Amino acid sequence: MAVTEAPKIITSRIGHEDSHTLERYLATGGYEGLRKALAMTPEAVAHEVDTASLLGRGGAGFPAGRKWAMLRKSPVTYLVVNGDESEPATFKDHLLVERDPHQLVEGVLIAAYALQVSRVFIFLRGEFALGLERVQAALNDAYAHGAVGADIFGSGFSVDVVVHPGAGAYICGEETALLESLEGKRGFPRIKPPFFPAAIGLYGAPTVVNNVETMSNLPWIVLNGGAAFAALGEGRSTGTRLFALAGHVNKPGVYEIEMVKTTFADLIHAPVLGGGIPHGRELKAFIPGGVSAPWFGPDQIDLPLGQDEVAQAGSMLGSGSVVVMDDHTCAVRASWRITKFFSRESCGQCTPCREGSGWLERIMERIETGQGREEDLDLLLDACDNIAPGLTWPPQQTTICVLGSSIPSSIGSAIQMFRDEFLVHIKEGGCPYD
Amino acid sequence: MTDAERPVPVAAPRSTTPTTAVPSHLSAATVERARALIALYPEPRSALIPLCHLAQEQDGWLRPEAMVDIADLLGVTPAEVYGTATFYDMLHTEPVGTYLVSVCTNIACLLHGAAELLEHAEDSLGVNAGATTADGTITLEEAECLADCDRAPCVQVNHRYVGAQTAESFDQLVADLRSGARSTDIPTHGTLIRVRRTTGLEADPATVATERATMAEAQQQRAAEASATAGGGS
Repeated sequence: MAVTEAPKIITSRIGHEDSHTLERYLATGGYEGLRKALAMTPEAVAHEVDTASLLGRGGAGFPAGRKWAMLRKSPVTYLVVNGDESEPATFKDHLLVERDPHQLVEGVLIAAYALQVSRVFIFLRGEFALGLERVQAALNDAYAHGAVGADIFGSGFSVDVVVHPGAGAYICGEETALLESLEGKRGFPRIKPPFFPAAIGLYGAPTVVNNVETMSNLPWIVLNGGAAFAALGEGRSTGTRLFALAGHVNKPGVYEIEMVKTTFADLIHAPVLGGGIPHGRELKAFIPGGVSAPWFGPDQIDLPLGQDEVAQAGSMLGSGSVVVMDDHTCAVRASWRITKFFSRESCGQCTPCREGSGWLERIMERIETGQGREEDLDLLLDACDNIAPGLTWPPQQTTICVLGSSIPSSIGSAIQMFRDEFLVHIKEGGCPYD
Repeated sequence: MTDAERPVPVAAPRSTTPTTAVPSHLSAATVERARALIALYPEPRSALIPLCHLAQEQDGWLRPEAMVDIADLLGVTPAEVYGTATFYDMLHTEPVGTYLVSVCTNIACLLHGAAELLEHAEDSLGVNAGATTADGTITLEEAECLADCDRAPCVQVNHRYVGAQTAESFDQLVADLRSGARSTDIPTHGTLIRVRRTTGLEADPATVATERATMAEAQQQRAAEASATAGGGS
């Protein structure tokens, strides 16, 4: 396998210094997708997205077309865009909102037309100060350009788009928590069922929630056709996707890659992508899809970057973030930090997650700092088992949302792959990497 | 703050519509912007978080008096504003420094020395993470992932990215913040979005209703034609 010559679908403008401006956007085919969509019927636009088989790029990987289809029979009231990108080491939406905000706005308008929605909220995480400014500026320009507002481009279709700033809470990336937050409340995920906001969404009304990257793909799909998108990739994983590569690589960054045709080895080592591991060190482990995902070792590096392929191997492609750890990395410390993150970000509604995360973090801390006990390994696994019974993949859930069942991933992986390292910490009373 | 100075929580009766009470703490300009924001949402309460950001822009942090005004503007109780605000890391119900310096120590940054950078920051500023320097200039915080992982360890000042930092560059950054050298690109704490919305809502509800009805009718007609064609073929 190798890096393919697939077209750049959503990062085509990123190289330009002024990629965020309306002038550059219009000069590079901007808003042509929207014009084309407005000349089609809403069903035909939705059909193209269905044909593209575009899997949601937020983390769960649910087909966008199918999400929409659930609503085609009853009128959709709201479209909400999830730009609360907070999964650790995921920074692809950060790039899209800062560097190509018009592409996001155009994608949103195409979706609004297909769904016949008149009110859209773009929810962006509050820490994206520049992103919020860029998207608001793009929206102001788009209103002036006639692309948003009343009777857009003279089509007889009116729609308003509102940029909504978050205020710092990982859990708001969970779509029902996001809706609660958008209603001015604490970001508590809602009890399921109903499983989808399609049934009961914002203010109880039918709502579609889609990720920033998912929306950003729409202008290209409408212009080039869903079939052209589906021709890229393989199986259920169609098109290209953004991968955020971080950790111990020479060239960390966001790369747009054709799905399935490229492997983790390519992403990490190819000179045009990650460029290998610095200081001539060896790969110890990598996290394939955000810190909620179980880790992979060097023997799994030849797996293709495809949703089903990674799932079959026992993890997930999740949010499209790949974290590389070299052989000088302490597995205990890495997994302790991830556990601390979940402990800080647990919303506190469900006991297994609220209490379990804090308990696990304290045990991990004492192992890393040399206060660990031999029975701690069993204790960790037992506590993990109480949060996600059976420690299976995908995990069993004891909590309202999947934050809880994501906590055991890193601890389970670290113990399974590097049990000896835990024992050394306990026996020697400290971290061997310090 | 002594007990006498501590603001008394106001137990306003719960109502479903914004009250007509004149906000006493938020300035006229802030209230005008607040009302424009409220108008963007189908329910006033949805503007709660944006209004908290506005109040922080005026005061640098979320004062109890501001929360009472926000409650009046939205038709909720001050307790509901406080209850929501305390859930979110970016809404500060206690004073913060002019510059909030956030050092991410999550996994990608940890692998690039973020824990050591935070330790250096604590030593050089003389405060623990979560505290403010004695001169009130800088609040240091240990942040969760800020989504700038290719420039690790990642640091934000008032939620503006300042790129990967070393111990030396961090000290220079702090010196620049103190001398005012960064005051043009980094506004003081509380100012989040400097680009304001230039229009209100333009899709008038009556027009939208007519448009959607026409669309639905056309859609039904297409469906009927399609099924007639399919029926004729069988």
